[in-house]
Amino acid sequence: MAIAPPSERVWWNEPIARTELVWMIVAFLWGVIMFFTMIFWHIYGEQNLATESYRVNPESFAQRADEMIEQYTVREEDGFPVVRPPPGSEVYLIARAFQWYPLLELQKDKAYRLHLSSVDVQHDFSLQPVNINISVHPGYEHVLTITPTTLGEHGVVCNEYCGLGHHMMIGKIYVTE
Amino acid sequence: MGATAVFRTCPTTGLKVDRDAESLIRWNAVAAVVFLAIGGTFALTVALTRWPAVHLLPPDWFYLALTAHGLDALLVWVIFFEMAVLYFASAVVLNSRIATPKLGWVQFWLMLIGALMTNVAVLQGDSSVMFTSYVPLQASPLFYLGIIVFAVGALIGCGVFFGTLVVAKEEKTYQGSVPLVTFGALTAAIIAVFTLVSGAIILIPTWLWSMGLVSTIDTLMYKLVWWAMGHSSQQINVAAHVSVWYLIGAVVLGAKPLSEKVSRFAFLLYILFLQYASAHHLLAEPGVSAEWKVFNTSYAMYLAVMGSMIHGMTVPGALEAAQRARGYTNGLFEWLRKAPWSNPAFSGMFLSLVFFGFVGGISGVVLGTEQINLIMHNTIYVPGHFHGTVVCGTTLAFMAVTYLLIPLVFRREIKFKKMAQLQPWLFGIGATGISMFMMGAGTLGVARRHWDITFADAPMGFDYPAAAFLMMGLNGLSAVLAAIGGAMYVIVTVASVFFGRKLAENENYLGFATAGEGIAPTYGSSKHHAIPGTVVLVAIFFVAFVLYYFVNWKYLSEVWPLS
Repeated sequence: MAIAPPSERVWWNEPIARTELVWMIVAFLWGVIMFFTMIFWHIYGEQNLATESYRVNPESFAQRADEMIEQYTVREEDGFPVVRPPPGSEVYLIARAFQWYPLLELQKDKAYRLHLSSVDVQHDFSLQPVNINISVHPGYEHVLTITPTTLGEHGVVCNEYCGLGHHMMIGKIYVTE
Repeated sequence: MGATAVFRTCPTTGLKVDRDAESLIRWNAVAAVVFLAIGGTFALTVALTRWPAVHLLPPDWFYLALTAHGLDALLVWVIFFEMAVLYFASAVVLNSRIATPKLGWVQFWLMLIGALMTNVAVLQGDSSVMFTSYVPLQASPLFYLGIIVFAVGALIGCGVFFGTLVVAKEEKTYQGSVPLVTFGALTAAIIAVFTLVSGAIILIPTWLWSMGLVSTIDTLMYKLVWWAMGHSSQQINVAAHVSVWYLIGAVVLGAKPLSEKVSRFAFLLYILFLQYASAHHLLAEPGVSAEWKVFNTSYAMYLAVMGSMIHGMTVPGALEAAQRARGYTNGLFEWLRKAPWSNPAFSGMFLSLVFFGFVGGISGVVLGTEQINLIMHNTIYVPGHFHGTVVCGTTLAFMAVTYLLIPLVFRREIKFKKMAQLQPWLFGIGATGISMFMMGAGTLGVARRHWDITFADAPMGFDYPAAAFLMMGLNGLSAVLAAIGGAMYVIVTVASVFFGRKLAENENYLGFATAGEGIAPTYGSSKHHAIPGTVVLVAIFFVAFVLYYFVNWKYLSEVWPLS
């Protein structure tokens, strides 16, 4: 019994029954397969999170974002600027309690360099209904290349609790032809 | 030494029980159940708030209740119960006196005081920072201090456990190696030391920061070290509840491990590899390399997952071998059909095993895959997964073993037996519903820790699909079911412990049917009965695992390209 000492004193020399041995080998090989699938996806897959990141202070990040907003704002919505930066350009999205700022308008199938950072607490970029989720830290700037492939209006929900107004934090990314 | 310990002899198992150890087990278990009741009550209010049609609490109360629920259910309930399991698996199972019972009481009071301090801080309303308390959100100093005091208490409890192992060995209270259950508890205690020390390393500076004595805490470093506590503490649970599965199998079915070597090897894999899991919480972060993520998130090629997959065969396999040795050899599953299902210790244990593997286990591996994490991270899929492990797995296993502890340790007759028999089913099915529907909603993008997915107060909106609202409603219904099951557990436990008939000194009573008198005939490790039923169950599990894994790669391949 499992609550009594092993009945064989030298239990570590007992042979292992075939059923268990086969299952252990299957379990090990499955682990190896899952491990190499991740590496395979880094080489051949299209969805890999960029690791390009920098330490940044919130003011300098906000300043670069403001420059982009000034240059490329095309209209206003609910008091938020809607920015349409050219494909391939550096796009900034500020996370702050309780806003994603500014709203973005991107072109389908064009790549952009998206810079994410928070100017206060931790937030989380949750692009819906695509369902891509990325943590956003204060003091760290994360740069990723994204290529929108679905047209229309997308929500950016905050997925990390950031204070009592957390559920009011929502932004938009429009994708046009 | 040891002369002062007072023993009684257990009429059911023949084990010598140190009275000090018995009191410590009782009080830790009682504290655990009290905090389960508190944590469970908060859970119900959280689930009812996230049920869009009910939307019970206002936002500030919701975030407060969610913080308290995480704290009491995920930390306080399980660790108090684990202290009871550690003392049981050392002093009682080894026939030994408990080392330094006075320090055992220090453990109990520190943990109780710490838990109360943090609960008070949360209820004061200025510490609704969630259980994870990610900096720079700041709670009151009392919040962090309470968790530190609690962790120090638990660390002392681990010390008492290790001391008891040494005492038992010195005083030769058992022959040969320690029993498998004790070995599993030792695994849990070793992981617990790693966990609690990590907690201290991060929470002490954070506490100083909350008082203005430290200027900043790096957010990434905080997450890395905090999760070395937060995730690894769930691995204490895994090691502890796997031990409990073996324990229940042994007591109710007289089941013997198929192979001591294989089961202990699987526990050893936990000790060596489970602690890497902090990485599961850093897969969507900036500032961490992909190589680090891949290596750590997979516990170095999934070696800890391999440990759980091994237990997934050896636990039911041991039950099957015992039943077949008893003569239930017809077909693939007579051993399972003729198992003592009327015993809630058995039904709870078996449901825990199945739900943990199929719901919590598979989803955990998929969620922890570096790239797939992108489409699940911080959605409500995440609590879906860990309710599959912690609630369906650990909590249900601990509930099941309680039905053995009441007669064996509390020496009371079990009251409301019909309710006890129904309880694991209601709770298990409710908890599984919670897990599955949260995972479903998470797949549709619903955020975790979010008061209002209709964004009614927000400057602009976003419409989640109708199916997401349906899932959240079904989650609420499942939570009601689980809450009824949880309340039944608390009622049975409290009624039995405080009002149940006291058992006579030599009364052999277990309350419910077991597999029959005596234990199964001896069968050597490599010569045990064939276990074809278990092989079929394991094969079904493996096929489900592989399919679900690759389906999620398919989902990932459909989202916007990122690099």
